[in-house]
This record gives sequence, structure tokens and C-alpha cells, in this order.
Amino acid sequence: MDLSFTQEDEAFRAEVRAFLQDKLPARLSDKVRKGQRLTKADMEEWHAILNARGWLANHWPVEWGGTGWSVMQRFIFETEVALAHAPRIVPFGLSMLAPVLIKYGSEAQKKHWLPRILDGTDWWCQGYSEPGAGSDLAALKTSAVREGDHYVVNGQKTWTTLGQYADMIFCLVRTDNKGKKQEGISFLLIDMKTPGIEVRPIKLLDGDYEVNEVFFTDVRVPVENLVGEENKGWTYAKYLLTYERTNIAGVGASMAAFERLKQVAATQRRNGRPLAQDPQFAARLARLEIDLENMKTTNLRVLAAAGAGHAPMAESSMLKIRGTEIRQQISDLMRRAAGVHAQPFVTEALEEGFNGPAVGPDFAAPAASHYFNYRKLSIFGGSNEVQREIISKAILEL
Amino acid sequence: MDFSLGEDRQMLVDTLGRFLAGNFDWKTRETVIETAEGWSRPVWAQLAELGVIGALFDEASGGFGGSAFDIGVVFAEVGKALAVGPFLGTLLAGRALAATGETALLEQAIAGEVTLSAALDSDAAQGVADGEGWALTGTQPVVPFAASADRIVVAARTGEGPSLFLIEKGAPGIEIRDYPLIDGGAAGELMLDGAAATLLGQAGEAGAIIEEAVAAGLVALCWEAVAIMDSLKVQTLEYLRTRKQFGVAIGKFQALQHRMATLALEIEQARSSAINAADRFAKGRLEREKAVSAAKFTIGRVGSLAAEEAIQMHGGIGMTWELPLSHYAKRLVMIGHQLGDEDMHLERFIALGQDALATAS
Ligand SMILES: Cc1cc2nc3c(=O)[nH]c(=O)nc-3n(C[C@H](O)[C@H](O)[C@H](O)COP(=O)(O)OP(=O)(O)OC[C@H]3O[C@@H](n4cnc5c(N)ncnc54)[C@H](O)[C@@H]3O)c2cc1C
Repeated sequence: MDLSFTQEDEAFRAEVRAFLQDKLPARLSDKVRKGQRLTKADMEEWHAILNARGWLANHWPVEWGGTGWSVMQRFIFETEVALAHAPRIVPFGLSMLAPVLIKYGSEAQKKHWLPRILDGTDWWCQGYSEPGAGSDLAALKTSAVREGDHYVVNGQKTWTTLGQYADMIFCLVRTDNKGKKQEGISFLLIDMKTPGIEVRPIKLLDGDYEVNEVFFTDVRVPVENLVGEENKGWTYAKYLLTYERTNIAGVGASMAAFERLKQVAATQRRNGRPLAQDPQFAARLARLEIDLENMKTTNLRVLAAAGAGHAPMAESSMLKIRGTEIRQQISDLMRRAAGVHAQPFVTEALEEGFNGPAVGPDFAAPAASHYFNYRKLSIFGGSNEVQREIISKAILEL
Repeated sequence: MDFSLGEDRQMLVDTLGRFLAGNFDWKTRETVIETAEGWSRPVWAQLAELGVIGALFDEASGGFGGSAFDIGVVFAEVGKALAVGPFLGTLLAGRALAATGETALLEQAIAGEVTLSAALDSDAAQGVADGEGWALTGTQPVVPFAASADRIVVAARTGEGPSLFLIEKGAPGIEIRDYPLIDGGAAGELMLDGAAATLLGQAGEAGAIIEEAVAAGLVALCWEAVAIMDSLKVQTLEYLRTRKQFGVAIGKFQALQHRMATLALEIEQARSSAINAADRFAKGRLEREKAVSAAKFTIGRVGSLAAEEAIQMHGGIGMTWELPLSHYAKRLVMIGHQLGDEDMHLERFIALGQDALATAS
């Protein structure tokens, strides 16, 4: 066994670093580092920079704009990007829909939609969950009824992340009520400007708006927007979720956040000494570092297996659980590090260019908000309980 | 042994519970936390009239309660309703005023005529004699409802040692940077630059008074926290019984049943720690301090568990502003950040134990 990166990998890392040094706007990395709220324009700016370099869709096949990188190179890229505090790339079009289209879409669909994802023409959102269909996604009710060359869609989606910015939504809809509920689901692409669609924001516990309810009343969708075959949507949806889950592990993001946490622990003082020397805090920090280091290798092992052609089905559940727990724990320690200054809720400090008087240390302003917001990590993308169900059935065969 | 509250205290609990349910319901709370001050003066005035503030202090200081159990039951009702207001500041400041014989001002506070707050970190400010009075310099962080307070009891270090002072709203040399809190209510950074202050009691003698006042505050927070845990438990159980996925109530999933069982057990442990803290409050210093630190440690540990589990078991809906549950969760976690967190109190518990050993040997 040899866990060192090859020389080529290291050369690649250097190339990525040089690119980031050169092309990642300080304005953006500064906002990310401070934990400030990113606007739509911020996310689009970084998306365009990566696209211009040809690295945006690195995991796509080369013929559609991919880079042909190995899984290890992708891992290196993601880690470096996160460590440089680049904004996250909105995954819905690029990492969720695109793999489905590439595998199951028609040539016409690929030709039409993939370039538009790359150049940012379409902002996509994900219309899976419904009020009555969360963990039990197959219970979804939003219906699509064929009428000539259109589907007529009625129903409601919810928890639609960044749907307020979206041009397009990919939806799971019910096209058949007979038989098993998984067998009557189809995968439909819907233009958000179609008459009959209403988006209502949902305010989350941190006071921010990132999710929405989306209502459909007699929304007419051209049949060419059906992906794959009618009633086969469940297969495509599951394929997509696997992608979503490995993404969620966010090892690079955790490494970046942990680095920041270590800096905070070295400087923030309690009881006359830095937190890093506070026995209780130091123990929390050490446990987390150990877990993160283990996680990195677990992730690399899964990636290596994937590189060797094994589909990371149930393993992606493991990555999702532990990856999200680690990110939550980092946010938990940040909030603890903030001490009494975790309490102030100065929302202006979360916006770019805030230069009002700081309340407490600068890392404290978003600490509690992030901690509460990150509760979502163990809920979405298939809750961590549901992931454990998958592990116990698919891997452990219990 | 008797774990009942006793008739008088039960009456207080019932009255206060009824009042808050009727006059500080969820809609009222939503409105109040969006106001500039972050609390409701009319509600506070009525609470004073009901004798709720007086229940926090003994008869000698103008109240009619003042035991740790009195404090506990009042704050439990505050927690149950997730009430916002200068409860903690009044308790801390009031205990310090009572201990230094300033009962006239305390009586006004008990009557709801004067609003108090407290900033009791004596390392955060220095005091120097300035003619008749004193001048304070330093920054006291996150002082509860600082901008609303007419008077603030401030701890500061003087040449003699830790001392207590009283400052008045609007006095020269005082600047308050106020802000809302993530769990509702408001606080502020109290920035003192030679602020005019009156000494309370003797200079350098305040260490024990501060410790006792903070201990009372810790009892209060622990009882408040347990009530919030109870509420989170009730709300979550209700959800587990009604939310259906895969054709059954999610409470039928054993994975969630066991988590809920663990949570219920931990909450009982937390309740016992809060009872212990109240029980030892009137005992010797070491016993009292060990018990309040033990309780605050337990409440911190179980508090974040309860908040996280309640949200998790609700799924997406638990993350929403609209559901009261998320606000209970936020308050509970933030209690962990007041008057020392779980880690600090664990360290303190260890140190107090070592002190005890040293004295014994
Ligand atoms: C911030 C946020 C963003 C989101 N973004 C999107 C999005 O963009 N698009 C989209 O389609 N969806 C999105 N979601 C929805 C997300 O996928 C669902 O919240 C998730 O699937 C859980 O469903 P639920 O909220 O209905 O909870 P429920 O399914 O009602 O679950 C409640 C609790 O029961 C547990 N549970 C359920 N079934 C079982 C079981 N069999 N065994 C043990 N425990 C179980 C769950 O783990 C959870 O703890 C988002 C959610 C959040 C919070």
C-alpha cells in the first residue's frame, strides 16, 4: 500500500493552485472565508471563471466538456478549491441533472441542455421532495397527465433549494397510479416561467431564505422534456442521488473549515489561554482532527474503488453520514469557540462589505447561524437515518 | 424526602403559567422579538404586578421568595413559554443589590418601575476612584437588554480587588452597541470609558457576592433549560406520532424510538442536576458551586443533544422559522453560551473538587 500522491498528481495540484492564485477573485474568497452570504451573481461569477478554464464540468465525459481527470485528480481539485475558499458550485444542473442526461437523456436533450448548464444560461433546481414525500420519496403525488404533446402538471414541491433564482426545475412527477409507487414516476424538465408555477420562500431558523415551496397548477410541459422513458424516473432519480451523496461528504470543505477552526483555537482566548490549550476544547479539536483524517482516507478508498470500476452505491451512504457529521461538528466547535459572542444576531455582518463595528471576534458573527443552518446536512440528500437503513440492508444484508 | 414544590410555589407556577399562556402566546412572541427593544414592557409590568419578580428575592430585600427553588420554578415557566425579557439581568443585578444593601432600588425593580441589567465579569473592566465616585473603563460583552436598562450592575477590578458598581443609563462615558440575539431578545456590548459609577458595598469585597449572584443565575438558566427540553420532547413526540412516511407514523421506526428513549433519559438526568443545584444553593459555598457547575455542564451537554435530535427527528420542517420548535432549539443551545459553557463548568467542577481535597488534607 502506498498512500502518497504520484508525481503527476502533485504536478496537477500545483497547476490547480496556480490557477486559483491567479483567477479566484479575492472578493469572493474573502466572503467565503468570513462565512458571509453569497449572492446569485457571486455564484455565477465563479461558475463562469471555472467554465472559461474548462474545469467546470470536470466529471463529465470529455465529449460533453469534461476534463478526463482521474478520480484522484478530481479529489485534488475539489480539495484545493475548497482550501482556497472558493464559492461552492451550485450542484443542481452541473452535478445532478447533467449525469442523468448524459446517461439517460436523448441526444437532442444533451445537445440542448448541457451547453446551457456550462455557460450558465439555465440555473437549475431540484424538485424531488413534497410535503408528504420526504424520506419516502416514492410517495410523491405531483401528477403529470399527458394531453397531446404536453404533460399537464399539478401539485407541490417543497424544500427547493435556491428555487428563487432558478430558470428550470427537474421534477419527479407521477405519471401512473397503478402498481408499485416507484414504477409510476417520471423525470420531467420544467421551465420555471411557465404559467401556473408559483414560488413561495420558506424562512429557515437562521433567518435566511434558501429553500422554497413550488406550486404547480395546470402547468403545460412539452413532452420532449421527459427524460428517458415514462414511468422509469425512479431509476434515474436514484442514480442522481448517489451523485448527490458523494458530493455531500464535502471532505475538501471540511478540511478548509477545520483549518480555520484551528486558527481560531490558536488565537481565541478563554481563561487566560488560547482555546487550543484549554483541555476540554483541545480534546474536542483533537477528536475532530482524527476523525477528519480517517474520513479523508475512507473517501480516497471509495474513490479508488470507483476508479477501478466499482459503483459507489452503499459506500456513498457512509461518506454522506460521516462527512456531514464532521461538517456539523466543525460548525459546533466554531460556535463553542465564539463563547458569549455566539449569541448576537447581527445579520448585516453576514453581508459583503459590512464595515460596522464588529461584535466580538470576527469569526463569531456567522458561527451560531452556520451551526443551526448545518443541521440540514444530516436531513437532506436522504437523511442520515435513511442512509443507515441503506447500509444495514445493502452492505450488511440485515 | 419530598420532591413536591409546596403549595405556595405551586400557586406561583400556576399563576405565571396561565398568565404567560394568555399574554405571551406565540404570536405575541413573534411580534415582540422583532421590536427594537426585543421585549414587551406592558407584559413585564403585568408580571411585576403578579409578583413574579418579587418571587426571585427574599422578604428582607423587598421580595417574598428568593430561594433557589423559587427562582427555578419562575424560570421554568419562562422557558416553557420561551418568554423574552430582562429576567436574568434582573435576577443577577437584584441579587447583587440585595447583598450590598441597596434594597430601595431593588424594590423599584420588583415593582417593575426600574429595569435592571448586570455585567458581572470583573476582569472585563477596571474601576478607579474619581472624586466622590468611581470611573469605570473596559468592555463588558453581551450584557442582556443593556440598551433598555435604567441601571446596570457592573463588576470591575479595582486596586482592592473585584468590586461592584452601579451605572446609570445615559451617564457620560457609557456607550452601548446593542443588537438582537439569535434566540430572541436583545443584548449589547457595554463600552465604558471613564464611566461615572457608584460603588456597591466595599471595594475589593465583591468576589463572593458575584459568585453567589452568578450561582443564582445558573440555577435559573438550568431550570429554564429543562423546561425547554420538556417542550422539545413533547413537540417531537407529537410529531413522531402524527408524521407518516412509508405508510406509518415515523415514531414506529425503532431507530427513532431508541433515540427518543435516550433523549427522555438524558432529560431526566438534566432535571435531576437542576434539582441538585437548587437544593445545594443554600448549603456551603463549595457544595453550592460544585452543584451549579455540575448542573450547567449537564444542561449544556444534554441541551445541544436535545436541540439537535428534536430538529433531526422533525426532518426539514424542524429547520423552519415558522415552527416554534426551532426557536426552542435555538434558545436551548444559546443557554449553553450564558454564564459559562459546558466545558468551562466541567473544568470548574474538577478544580472545585481538587480545592476540596486540598482543604481536607
Ligand atoms: C435546507 C434543505 C434543503 C433541501 N433542498 C432540497 C432540494 O433542493 N430539493 C429537494 O427535492 N429536496 C430538498 N430538501 C428536502 C430533503 O431531501 C428532505 O427534507 C429529506 O428527504 C427528509 O424528508 P422530510 O423533511 O420530509 O423528513 P421525514 O421524511 O418526514 O423524516 C422525519 C424524520 O424521520 C426519519 N425517518 C424517516 N424515515 C425513516 C426510517 N425508515 N427509519 C428511520 N428514520 C426515518 C428521518 O430521518 C427524519 O429524522 C431539502 C431539505 C432541507 C432541510
